[in-house]
Amino acid sequence: MTSAEKIISQFQAQGVETCFHNRHIDPQICADLNGSNWRIRDYEARGGYQALRKILGLDGAEGLSQEQVIATVKDSGLRGRGGAGFPTGLKWSFMPRQFPGQKYLVCNSDEGEPGTCKDRDILQFNPHIVIEGMAVAAYAMGISVGYNYIHGEIFATYARFEEALEEARAAGVLGDNILGSKFSFQLHAAHGYGAYICGEETALLESLEGKKGQPRFKPPFPASFGLYGKPTTINNTETFAAVPWIIRNGGAAYLACGKPNNGGTKIYSVSGDVEQPGNYEIPMGTPFSKLLELAGGVRRGRQLKAVIPGGSSSPVLPASVIMECTMDYDSIAKAGSMLGSGAVIVMDDSRCMVKALQRLSYFYMHESCGQCTPCREGTGWLSRMVDRIETGHGRESDLDLLDNVAENIQGRTICALGDAAAMPVRAMIKHFRPEFEYHVAHKTCMVPAYV
Amino acid sequence: MISEESKARFAREVAKYPADQKQSAVMACLALAQKELGYVSAESEREIAEYLGMAPMAVHEVTTFYNMYNQRPVGKYKLNVCTNLPCQLRDGSRALHYLEQKLGISMGETTADGLFTLQQSECLGACADSPVLLVNDQAMCSFMSNDKLDQLLDGLRKAGSDSTPTVELK
Repeated sequence: MTSAEKIISQFQAQGVETCFHNRHIDPQICADLNGSNWRIRDYEARGGYQALRKILGLDGAEGLSQEQVIATVKDSGLRGRGGAGFPTGLKWSFMPRQFPGQKYLVCNSDEGEPGTCKDRDILQFNPHIVIEGMAVAAYAMGISVGYNYIHGEIFATYARFEEALEEARAAGVLGDNILGSKFSFQLHAAHGYGAYICGEETALLESLEGKKGQPRFKPPFPASFGLYGKPTTINNTETFAAVPWIIRNGGAAYLACGKPNNGGTKIYSVSGDVEQPGNYEIPMGTPFSKLLELAGGVRRGRQLKAVIPGGSSSPVLPASVIMECTMDYDSIAKAGSMLGSGAVIVMDDSRCMVKALQRLSYFYMHESCGQCTPCREGTGWLSRMVDRIETGHGRESDLDLLDNVAENIQGRTICALGDAAAMPVRAMIKHFRPEFEYHVAHKTCMVPAYV
Repeated sequence: MISEESKARFAREVAKYPADQKQSAVMACLALAQKELGYVSAESEREIAEYLGMAPMAVHEVTTFYNMYNQRPVGKYKLNVCTNLPCQLRDGSRALHYLEQKLGISMGETTADGLFTLQQSECLGACADSPVLLVNDQAMCSFMSNDKLDQLLDGLRKAGSDSTPTVELK
């Protein structure tokens, strides 16, 4: 280690504040983690790789067929943890299992949705749970090669995952004839290098093919035309991490952990104005108020003003609405937002909503890949208009124009980045219109200066 | 020139992909070249293109699409501070402005001694650790209070002056 590396390493996060705080509720993925027990022998001591042994019939029982594994995941009610919330078992059933050619499995660890930092902790502190989940998925869909595409900014975590892969290969749980069975699965890690759009699954595939990450038209969907044009299934890191528990304990048990149609536990990344930001794994359907309490409540005893419940792309909800919600896909959707990636951005009553939106709109302009005109041009319009309102140059007509530009982006682009840029704008104006009007009229914030 | 050592690591990356899909390794190769040489030059792009059997322009498309590739030389230490909304709510912008003041430069600039480049960055994916910054693309520093920023800068200055900058500034 060079002296510079030594200096920098002092500031490396240890996960104490964000993950090992003992304030999870009935955790499955984060259970018993302490930062030093990420290696394969530790994982196996926690029951790791038993799900893989179980499906392969190496635990004394008969083993599970591909159909049985998929049925178990369907029964569990597991829904995609990356943002869309699509039922995982159903997605797996779309793969042509009998297709004779090469198929691929891809893990989307390109965690760049502002507010989201859960996959980083999973990969850093429990990498083998993702490897095992992917191996189970590969078995169920008859896939022999997989890639885990990891956010370039968390390079240390990428290195950690590569080390875990080496351990798994050495232990025979990855590679040819896994644990002496007929099942073979090769898994590799790849990394991004700074492009939010690559979190979109088809942009990720383009990136994995060594190109710029511009999303593809769908259909065809990746299940028929994915990586290198071959059938491909893509799931989020946390989705794969949920799978071993489901196989060990059964689909019904997982579903029972959450609430109907919203099975299991979920890791919420809580950021912003709370006393203890971090990742909190809790059962689906836990009241938002409980999650806020786990995170230490609103910072400095202030009042809650608003929450962005599912990453920066999800519509903001005022305090009165979110405090009535439970944390699951259906409750948050009913309230008019999305659970998304489970990134909960908390804002207290000192926050100016125009300023908050200004930063988000800049982000979407910065990250638009430029492929679709409504997004390429529209995100710039949104950003410039919110900017001029925030800096005291707004016009009365701007609020309607903002809504109009957002409306003209939404639904008119190849991928969801256009929607992701438009939705926060429309929700902010919907819920906090007087604040925007005040800014236009008085050239300044309704709330006291930002501290 | 990209060293043989880096090229050996290219081979490891290429081996992850099907034999007819060497291009898939381009992201990793560019990152390795940048790590060694400080930035991605046109010469590095040509070398990588040749190594992977792709057109230099196809490599250049990748270099210019992804934010973390340096298209020109940067300081010995590139500091990327996240100021996206979750970090803005927890002193991310404050950290960036503090560094601007301490280094006497604005974001996007490099100090005259060639030691530091300061950049604002988008979400690093470590929102609960805010304020966060990334040093030279690969080392994340968390909970960076002003005190810690001072320690980091002082430490890197000391380490940096022991040897010559990796990149010659033009």
